[in-house]
Amino acid sequence: MAAVTASPAVRVRRIAGVVVLLVILAIVLYPLLWMVGTTLKSPQEIGSNLSIFPQQVTWQNFADGWNGLPGITFDRFFVNSTLIAALVVVANMASCLVTAYALARLRFPLRRLWFAIMIGTLLLPQHVLIVPQYVLFRTFGWINTPLPLVIPKLLATEAFFVFLMVQFMRGIPRELDDAAKIDGCSPYGVFRHVILPLSRPALVTTAIFSFIWTWNDFFTQLVYLNDPTTYTIPVALRTFLDSSGSNQIGPMFAMAVLSLLPVFLFFLAFQRLLVEGINTSGLKG
Amino acid sequence: MAVTTSPAPTAPPRTPPKRRKPPRREAIAGYVFMSPWLLGLLAITAIPMLYSLYLSFTDFDLLGSPDWVGFANYKRMFTGDPQYWHAVVVTVLFAVISVPLKLAAALGVALLLNRKRRGTGIFRALFYLPSLLGSSVALAIVWQAMFGGSGAFNAFLRIFGIHGEPWVNDPNTALGTLVLLAVWQFGAPMVIFLAGLKQIPQDLYEAADVDGAGRLRQLVNITLPILSPVIFFNLVLELIHGFQGFTAAFVISNGTGGPTDSTMLYTLYLYLRGFGDFQMGYASAMAWVFVLAIGLLTAIIFSTGRMWVHYSDAGEQ
Repeated sequence: MAAVTASPAVRVRRIAGVVVLLVILAIVLYPLLWMVGTTLKSPQEIGSNLSIFPQQVTWQNFADGWNGLPGITFDRFFVNSTLIAALVVVANMASCLVTAYALARLRFPLRRLWFAIMIGTLLLPQHVLIVPQYVLFRTFGWINTPLPLVIPKLLATEAFFVFLMVQFMRGIPRELDDAAKIDGCSPYGVFRHVILPLSRPALVTTAIFSFIWTWNDFFTQLVYLNDPTTYTIPVALRTFLDSSGSNQIGPMFAMAVLSLLPVFLFFLAFQRLLVEGINTSGLKG
Repeated sequence: MAVTTSPAPTAPPRTPPKRRKPPRREAIAGYVFMSPWLLGLLAITAIPMLYSLYLSFTDFDLLGSPDWVGFANYKRMFTGDPQYWHAVVVTVLFAVISVPLKLAAALGVALLLNRKRRGTGIFRALFYLPSLLGSSVALAIVWQAMFGGSGAFNAFLRIFGIHGEPWVNDPNTALGTLVLLAVWQFGAPMVIFLAGLKQIPQDLYEAADVDGAGRLRQLVNITLPILSPVIFFNLVLELIHGFQGFTAAFVISNGTGGPTDSTMLYTLYLYLRGFGDFQMGYASAMAWVFVLAIGLLTAIIFSTGRMWVHYSDAGEQ
């Protein structure tokens, strides 16, 4: 950057800007650093030492937290959360892709109406549906199984991703479809040979956000998973909080940190993609 | 597109129709690809919504069958349940305070970041991190501990000789901690603001410089008007999001909405009535009022939006 000509006043303002940003960043990151630091402190130190850094590092909190709930260890909750998140990722990718293909590329009666309804469901709070869906899934015997959390995703109810993929597919040149059609492709062939391979970026974005949202989700998991053996991490953490006094902060924080680790790793690996996902469709973080 | 009457199964027309009736094969394929979504719309959304409407006129505890009670649930909600109105007030307070603060923080930091400078990408990523983590139970637990009696926030205040209280246990400040948690997640709208700021042509500022307009003038007369569609977009998104807050309030209050209902957000109250007391009819009525209220609110925002949102290109949204 050609900053040679910058006047002193401009330079001062620039430095002031960076300093302000650093102060805000310190405030923003403090809770996270405090959380991580606390997990490494001994119980006595948690009460007395309130700085971020532990005086003496101990890993005991992780062992205590892992066995923190009576009868079940945290590996069970990790398996449950991972299974549900993985199923939701696959379900969202498949169902939203085919729906988006129809809405973005195919001409059929009432397409505009369906598109408008799809956009409308974006604004529909899930809380309206929770009671009747609970009644419905209960009659199916689906309580305490992953099915109420996964089957709706298989039916493309996550309209955000449909919208994201429609937007993405509109950017794929139509000439490619036409060329494939001239070569004798049916609409299914165009999907298979043109849209599916070219939609990979949108699919990756969908997969990452599906994972993070499902991993962090609490409301639906709280409603549908009532048996401790079926608990996911958020529900288990909540039970932890309920059953323990304040002297259990270390083990609880240790499990909280572990629960955030996958999301954090996704963040490190894909932060550019995540930020772009926000930009293209206003996806919530 | 035009509504087609399904063509008779005679010889299909060989002339390629230009954008008129879709070919039959494509129309069928369209519905084949739409079928999962259509099934979902029917079974997961539409029918449950209607069922919920029906339930809202009944007394139903999951065990027996629903008993028709007419408008009793709605009457109770509006006239016989002070706790309901309290939840409405808390929810509106939460949204009305947290959303503007969050957007102000997002816009402020975005303006600071919107310069060619090394490290902008890292700053942007780190500011965005709380948006990814903040909605989780884990962070709500951290928040509860941080604003507890011997939490990090009081330790910080002690530096200045202030002896803090347990903020999450005081009815006057518990909601404030939820607001802070929401504002802390300003990263997502900030990213959207940054993208909007990048679209503003630099020559506008150069022209303003020549005319002698100061930084503040430029912000008020150039940046904010051009950015207004983005501000509007963020406002709608965050308000709808804000009214649906649940996890943090649930965790921080240990699932009670306390102390003394000070964190009783609407969705939390709905959950407690529906899944705590199994008053499914009453919860359904609350849910329907909620949807109508959010719909009405969105309509109001959109109609007032015409007054302050400037679209440079009327054809584009």
